[in-house]
Amino acid sequence: MYGNDFSAEDAPGGGLLGEVEAAEVALREAAARGRRGGAPGPDEDLEAYFAEVIDADQKIEPRDWMPEAYRRTLIRQIAQHAHSEIIGMQPEGNWISRAPSLKRKAILLAKVQDEAGHGLYLYAAAETLGISRDELVELLLNGRQKYSSIFNYPTLTWADVGAIGWLVDGAAIVNQVPLCRCSYGPYARAMIRVCKEESFHQRQGYEILHTLAHGTPGQKAMAQDSLDRWWYPSLAMFGPPDTDSTHSAQSMAWKIKRFSNDELRQRFVDMCVQQAEILGLTIPDPDLRWNESRQSYDFTQPDYDELMRVIKGEGPCNRQRMEHRRRAHDDGAWVREAAAAYAAKRVEKKEKVAA
Amino acid sequence: MSERGERTEDQRGVSGPSPLWEVFVRARRGLSHTHVGSLHAPDAELALRNARDLYTRRQEGVSIWVVPAGAITASSPDEKDAFFDPAADKVYRHPTFYDVPDGVAHL
Repeated sequence: MYGNDFSAEDAPGGGLLGEVEAAEVALREAAARGRRGGAPGPDEDLEAYFAEVIDADQKIEPRDWMPEAYRRTLIRQIAQHAHSEIIGMQPEGNWISRAPSLKRKAILLAKVQDEAGHGLYLYAAAETLGISRDELVELLLNGRQKYSSIFNYPTLTWADVGAIGWLVDGAAIVNQVPLCRCSYGPYARAMIRVCKEESFHQRQGYEILHTLAHGTPGQKAMAQDSLDRWWYPSLAMFGPPDTDSTHSAQSMAWKIKRFSNDELRQRFVDMCVQQAEILGLTIPDPDLRWNESRQSYDFTQPDYDELMRVIKGEGPCNRQRMEHRRRAHDDGAWVREAAAAYAAKRVEKKEKVAA
Repeated sequence: MSERGERTEDQRGVSGPSPLWEVFVRARRGLSHTHVGSLHAPDAELALRNARDLYTRRQEGVSIWVVPAGAITASSPDEKDAFFDPAADKVYRHPTFYDVPDGVAHL
């Protein structure tokens, strides 16, 4: 259990899943506290009404009035989140055909399928804000919207599949668990679903690394190498430091975001240290040490210049990822067309029979 | 995860966007179908299959309904208050409205 700074008392169970469940309970409770009627009257100040709902920790729903900037911020955030799930299938999909056993292959297939599912839940949540799926796909394909920079790093070995599960999905969960309490209802509900499934992902990654780290010296070295390569990019997943974060303050006020980048990064580091010890692997940070006064670990910050370069398109795999996504979309065109033509033909037939 | 009853999604042209479907899942025998989200599919049959793959990968349901989003008529948010107002002044619809004399059983 790492995060007792919110919902400490009522968290059923423990750990991340406990917090997801607590968020689900809170969602139901907030709904039960419902205000009579719900909608503002015709003369009521819409902005004041919106602020009141947010202050009361209630959810904004798709058809409620909301500030245009709130809508735009949510569309951007949910869409980038969805794109990340979709692009995130690539580095792992790379290993489906080379998984070391049938069991591992079946598990990895299920995991990659889950990522597609997460992308779809999130696209659907973004669509409730008045943007279409086709527009969202287009924004990804033409590069106007980004996805998480972590997926621009290559998966060189099987151990990387483990490191992605443990560190990348682990960091994602730390980021996402607070989003289960986001003020926008459809996003919060999608995140609850996503987080419940993510915990399988993180555990399967940890298990892969644990098996390797307790295998031959060669396997252990492979596990250590993947930790060495994925550690800092995973820390960078939490975004720039708070001092440089441009969207944070407003998102916090709107309760889209609940914790700052640096708070979440610290929480992630504090979680990982003991987990790495049990793996018998060394986190590649000579300055990592417990700070008694802060009751947290001191650690070396990731290279934020590198993060900016990767975001701008200069990561090791940016071009490959986008090319692959565009090709997959183009290659799938005939399937979409055939399905639509078949549906149209059947409607036509039905109409003929009816006539 | 969508709740857009008001959007018309009846563009069924071959080149147009694939229609939107709202998905309802009965989690277990004895429970009613509950809205779980939405998805795009060209026809009902594919919508059902996609719904199975998307919303019941972990045995979350024993029955699925898919409904074209465009077929749902929703009350408008602008008239929400006026629309639901008639229910607000009928407290006598609730059993708690009535004083029950002391000593009355089975009421």
